Amino acid sequence: MMFGVAAVALLVTIALALMRAALGPTIFDRAQAANTVGTVAMLLLAVLGFLNGRPEFLDLALVYGLLNLIGTIAVLKFFRRGDLGDSGLAEGPVK
Amino acid sequence: MMVVTVASWLCLIGGGFFCVVGALGMLRMPDFYTRMHAASVVETLGAGLILLGLLLQAGLTLVAVKLLFIGVLILVASPTATHALARAAVVRGLKPLLADQGSPPSKP
Repeated sequence: MMFGVAAVALLVTIALALMRAALGPTIFDRAQAANTVGTVAMLLLAVLGFLNGRPEFLDLALVYGLLNLIGTIAVLKFFRRGDLGDSGLAEGPVK
Repeated sequence: MMVVTVASWLCLIGGGFFCVVGALGMLRMPDFYTRMHAASVVETLGAGLILLGLLLQAGLTLVAVKLLFIGVLILVASPTATHALARAAVVRGLKPLLADQGSPPSKP
């Protein structure tokens, strides 16, 4: 029962974040929403593991969290410089 | 045993509440930087309380160690992602909405 309540709350959170990702005027809003969805999905995996009585799902949550961080950083690097292989040493606004 | 169950209920409900509140803030705040601030509620209080509630249910097992790993991962990874996001937005030239510009009507 208590895991069900937490799972419903997390699903509502994912729905609201997806709404922001669909609305979001800039690309950074969408990246932020995607990052939030990733974090909440990680929590949802953990809660669903307890809900089903199979806490082995926590391993999946760990892997998902690591991939989420790498994905967010890669997307942001691309949209910051327009190039994934950029060294990031030169600063200043991009035209 | 009863005390642990009640504490777990409180933590899970509190965590769910803060997750929904953070997501509502992400939807309602007027510009990107304030929305980023609202999203951090989900990743600190929401995730922390939900993991604490699960940790109380797990007891002293390997599952508890994995939950602690997940908590440490969230605590390290989400500020990193938020910092990269703010830096990318600033470098790209996104201006924060200031008070004297007059705030536009907030849209859901």
